[in-house]
Amino acid sequence: MKIVDINKKILGKNEKFALENLFFFAMQKKLCLNIISSPGSGKTTILAKTINELKGKIKIGVIEGDIQTDIDAERIRATEAPAIQINTEGACHLSAAQINDALKQLPVEDLDLIFIENVGNLVCPSAFELGESGKIVVLSVPEGDDKPAKYPAIFAKSKALLINKIDLLDGGQVDFDIEKAKADARRLNKDIEIFPVSARRGDGMDCWCEWLVNQVEKSAQ
Amino acid sequence: MHETMVAQSLMEIIAEQAKMNNAKPLTAKISCGTLNPVNDEVLRFAFEAITKDTPYEGVTLKIEHKPIKGRCKNCDKGFDIDLSNPECPKCGGDDFELQPDAPLLLEEIEFQTE
Repeated sequence: MKIVDINKKILGKNEKFALENLFFFAMQKKLCLNIISSPGSGKTTILAKTINELKGKIKIGVIEGDIQTDIDAERIRATEAPAIQINTEGACHLSAAQINDALKQLPVEDLDLIFIENVGNLVCPSAFELGESGKIVVLSVPEGDDKPAKYPAIFAKSKALLINKIDLLDGGQVDFDIEKAKADARRLNKDIEIFPVSARRGDGMDCWCEWLVNQVEKSAQ
Repeated sequence: MHETMVAQSLMEIIAEQAKMNNAKPLTAKISCGTLNPVNDEVLRFAFEAITKDTPYEGVTLKIEHKPIKGRCKNCDKGFDIDLSNPECPKCGGDDFELQPDAPLLLEEIEFQTE
C-alpha cells in the first residue's frame, strides 16, 4: 500500500470562483452582501423595503437564489431595481460559479450595492463562500429564539443579524426572548451587528439602512 | 444536503489523483472544521451513490472532525471550543478570540500497490 499526501481543499473549485468574485467586487469598489436565512423569514420583503427606503441614496441590484420560480426576482423588479434569478433546481445553496455568471448579467458599474439572496436554508449556504464582502443572517421571531444556539455556524460567520417580524411580539402573539437570541448570537461572534426590525411595518429599518449606507461608503473608498 | 456536492468534488479529485498515480485508491482521508462540518453518514451515502459502477466504488472514507480553537482574553488559555457551551475551561470567561476554522480537506489517499 502507498499513501499519497494530497492536502487539497475539496470545495477548491467553488473557492476559485469565490476568489474571482471577491477580486471583482474589490476592483469595482462595490459592496456585496450574502443574505442567508430559513425559508419564509422575510428576506425578499426586507430587500424590497430596503431598496425603496434607500432610493435616491444607494443603487441596489439583487441576485436571487431559489430552487424554483422567479417570484422573488419579480418582487424585486417591482421596486425598479435590477434582479437576476438563479434557479438551483434542487440544490440547497448557491455556488460561487453561479454568482460569477449572474454578475455578467447585472449592470454592476451602475450599482453601489449587490445583494445575494441565498436559497432559504440555515445550514448549507454557510459552507459555500461566494466572494461576498459579508454575510447577513435573518431570523424571524416565529422561528424561535433557540436558532442561534442550534445553528451556530451561520451566526458565527455573519457581519449582521436582522431579527425580523418583531411586530408579532406586540401583545405576545409569539414567544421569543429577544435578549436570549442576541446573547446566543454573540457567544461566538462578539462583533455581530444586531438589528431588530419589522420589514412589513417598518420598525428598525432606519438603523439597518443607515448601517448599510455606512458599509457602502467604506467599500467605495 | 450539501454533502452531495462535497461527494461529487471529492470523487473528481480522487479520479484525478488515481490517474496521476496510476493506482487503485482504497481509502481517502478527509477532515473538516467545526463551522464547516459534514455529516459522516450522509457524505458516505452520497459518495457511495455517486461512485457506483465507477472505478472508485468501494473507496473507504475516513472522516476527521477538527475542533475550532479559542484563546481566552481573560486568562490567555488556548482551548477547544464546545459549541454548546462556549467558555474558557480554566476561568469560565466567555470573551475569547476565535481561531480560524479548519477547512474541508482531502488529506491523503491510500493506493493499492501490486
